[in-house]
Amino acid sequence: MGLLNFLKKIEPDKKKSPFLHTLFDGFFTFAFSPNTTTKGGVHIRDGMDLKRTMVHVVIAMQLCYIFGTYNIGHQHFVALGMHTGFVEAIHLKLAYGLIQILPIFIVTHVVGLGIEFWFAAKKGHAIEEGFLVSGALIPLIMPPDIPIWILAMAVAFAVWIGKEAFGGTGMNILNVALLARVFVFFAYPTTISGDQVWASTFIDEFGTVKAAAGSIADYSWWHTGFFNGLFDWMGLDTFQQGAAVVDGYTGATPMGIAAKGSWEDVTNVYSTSQMWWGAIPGSVGETCKPAILVGAAFLLLTGIASWRIMISMILGCATMGLILNAWGATEFMLVPWYYQFYIGSFFFAMAFMATDPVTAASTNRGKWMYGFLIGMVGLIIRVLNPAYPEGWMLAILFMNVFAPLIDHYVIEGNMARRAKRSGKAVETAA
Amino acid sequence: MKNGITKLAFLIFFLTTSLSATAQTSNGGSSNLFIYGLIAIAALILIAVILQVSDNLLRIEAKQLGANKSGENFSIFPKAGNLFGSSSPEYLGSDQITHLKQGHDILLEGVAEKSVDHDVQANTFAVQPPNFIGMSPIPKVLPEVGTSVKAGDVIFFDKKRPEIKYTAPVSGEVIDVKRGAKRSIAEVVILKDKEMQYRAFDKFDLENGSREDLVNYMLESGVWTFIRQRPYDLLADPSEIPNNIFVSTFDSAPLAPDLNFVVEGKEAAFQKGLDVLGKLTGDKVYLGLDARGKSAPAAAFANATGVERRWFNGPHPSGNVGIQIHHTAPVDANNKAWVVGVQDIITIGTLFNDGKYDASRVVAIGGAEVSNPKYVQTYIGANIGDLVKGNVEGEATRLISGDVLSGKHVPAEGFLNYFDDQITAIKEGDYYEMFGWLLPIAPRPSVSKTFPNFLFKDYKFTPDTNTHGEQRAFVVTGQYEKVLPMDIFPQHLMKAIIVNDFERMEGLGIYELSEEDVALCEFVCTSKQPLQSILREGLDAMLDQG
Repeated sequence: MGLLNFLKKIEPDKKKSPFLHTLFDGFFTFAFSPNTTTKGGVHIRDGMDLKRTMVHVVIAMQLCYIFGTYNIGHQHFVALGMHTGFVEAIHLKLAYGLIQILPIFIVTHVVGLGIEFWFAAKKGHAIEEGFLVSGALIPLIMPPDIPIWILAMAVAFAVWIGKEAFGGTGMNILNVALLARVFVFFAYPTTISGDQVWASTFIDEFGTVKAAAGSIADYSWWHTGFFNGLFDWMGLDTFQQGAAVVDGYTGATPMGIAAKGSWEDVTNVYSTSQMWWGAIPGSVGETCKPAILVGAAFLLLTGIASWRIMISMILGCATMGLILNAWGATEFMLVPWYYQFYIGSFFFAMAFMATDPVTAASTNRGKWMYGFLIGMVGLIIRVLNPAYPEGWMLAILFMNVFAPLIDHYVIEGNMARRAKRSGKAVETAA
Repeated sequence: MKNGITKLAFLIFFLTTSLSATAQTSNGGSSNLFIYGLIAIAALILIAVILQVSDNLLRIEAKQLGANKSGENFSIFPKAGNLFGSSSPEYLGSDQITHLKQGHDILLEGVAEKSVDHDVQANTFAVQPPNFIGMSPIPKVLPEVGTSVKAGDVIFFDKKRPEIKYTAPVSGEVIDVKRGAKRSIAEVVILKDKEMQYRAFDKFDLENGSREDLVNYMLESGVWTFIRQRPYDLLADPSEIPNNIFVSTFDSAPLAPDLNFVVEGKEAAFQKGLDVLGKLTGDKVYLGLDARGKSAPAAAFANATGVERRWFNGPHPSGNVGIQIHHTAPVDANNKAWVVGVQDIITIGTLFNDGKYDASRVVAIGGAEVSNPKYVQTYIGANIGDLVKGNVEGEATRLISGDVLSGKHVPAEGFLNYFDDQITAIKEGDYYEMFGWLLPIAPRPSVSKTFPNFLFKDYKFTPDTNTHGEQRAFVVTGQYEKVLPMDIFPQHLMKAIIVNDFERMEGLGIYELSEEDVALCEFVCTSKQPLQSILREGLDAMLDQG
């Protein structure tokens, strides 16, 4: 075990440099399961630990990452009127997506993990794995052009105020990833709402939204230098400097169209299969429903996410959709309830956001209520709220706050049942 | 409540199917749709109300007739188990059976072969005061070191409860009184005679003797120390009458001894012991029986008289007496239950049959590190080193008195704990494992489906004591509930204990739990929390509060 000995040798002193030691410890326990043995209590332990739990959630997201990367590029070229076919110029689309998403991914982790390590060193305990999942989720729920400095601030806010201030992993009340998104939503609304942010090309690095039609895509050295060189050599298509957004392109998401018009207006622009497979503008990871559902199925089969929350959320959304269909006061309410699943990020919220065990209800009965209410509230926000036509982020954060209350009543119920039983038993004994 | 959820699900199902049909036909949206929808909802609500009311009426009727106690389903909704579930085994007859779904059987290598090796003999035996929860650390030891005692002679008593006498399991010379921290007494060690000598007891007339005399007789002979009280697991208070006495006739823990095998040839003593318990209990003596197997348990259990039989089917911890109490007559601060082990009952029965204190125990020696897993015949508190001599492989081996979940780690020169009838030997796991959390090399027991374990249901694991991860805050929810077949929220209870919230601890059912019941929760815990010691802290705190 040469590596093991080497690592043991370079271990920094815990007292002299706590931050370095935490950093080392984080890396070391990542590379090697520790040699601790059970003391008191059980003598054998289940092979499952928090690292393994978290990494399985990250694995479940990988299809979303692959498709999301592709779709960033795809939407970009659709806006330019080039390579509009789904399978055309995949290499360009992937390359473009990669250039967009890698900085987002890296900045998220540098900022988030930096704060986590700093707090862990300060508190003198090992780094906890919670950010593994939050850090993987945040890039997927951001618009592809999110300015890096806004992202950094959002992540810092979410990890610092949302998590560490409450005591770290396992103690937070609100979902960390959604908190990062909601920070952007309230602090820099123009970068995350409206029709123009969901396809990459339209926001510059200061967060100003450029005019849509006619604006010119400016490529960096990575596009024109690195990748063009590579693709040239391979004899493939290359990025074209100076390409402009075509006339008549809106960049609106199906959700945005539905909120202003009818279902027919949506289907005039996007076909239902397009919406289902995800070749539509949107946040990075939310568009491809099959990719998300595969991830959700993986989480359910491994037993990591709660099936109760997922099923009850679908039921809640369907119920609310039916009620709205029956009400039918606006065009948006008349969108058939099952198509509400096609537009927006319902499945992503269901698979990865609502099922976060820390912020969800912790009792089994509570989970049913929690999921059901997210489904209902989310659709209410989506359909009835005039300002912002997507509800899952706000609905989940809202229910995060109410989850302890739901649990409270479930537990009170259990306590009352027990008190009643023992009261009765005393009577009969006397 | 499960029923409630089923009902709700049905309701929503009807709602969705009926409404989606109408929703699709008139996509344009008209007032007709709205009215039809309202009518459909109203009709469904009406039907649901009728169903609910009739269901409740049926239940109330069943309750008034007293029929609901028989455990049959008096709801108009069939239980899922009745529709698809396994039918009860035939040997059950008309007895009541409880199917427990939650739990997990940890299959381990090294199951003891069903033969008693009489050649293995321990030389020294010890009674260890720390085995008794709540006992003051320095009991009064009666015999001097160097004097000899007979089996059944009093060797010490607790100064707080001097009426309870602790007696010698074997005859021989008291060779040592080992002290622990702060001069507490850890072990009273006896070197066993070649020929056992028993202290002679008068026979007790069970038919005509009073309960008070019976209690005194048991106290003096030392068999009272086998009776423990739930809640708290303390020794039973002789001045109290318990609501019920519970006996579990099977142990579902990993590598646990097969009590059907242990009781062979001791049927009369077992029945006598049950008769004694029948005199002590306030209401009933409940016998928890094993309905897991295809064949009936030993006749001594299945045909025992003077007891209420309750059958349990399900994975571990179905054999834990605490689980069985929870499903029969739950305990709380005022309603206490006493529990006695099977071999302890045999000792009690032998005392009443033959007038001698026979503390012999059949002990299962198992575990992957044992070269020849088997049963041995010995006495309470036997020296573990003597029992496993030449039978344990490997250098770094952990010897456990009890099972791998709730047993205690003992050194090789240590002794079997008072209530244990099992020794387990497993490998120590003090090794680093590269990416062990992600890509484990060796198979390991787990309830998680991220391991392929669930595909190999009969695979026997070779476990070690590695924690497979570091301790973390509570993150994952719902995993304890999956392995604890009780109407209890273990995680919330643990949190209540940590913050010393007495009202919640009581409300969430801390009285109903003992360490062995949450041991499986501790095993599965993703955050590697020490649940058993947290629970004991909570119980101690409750005890201090009175």
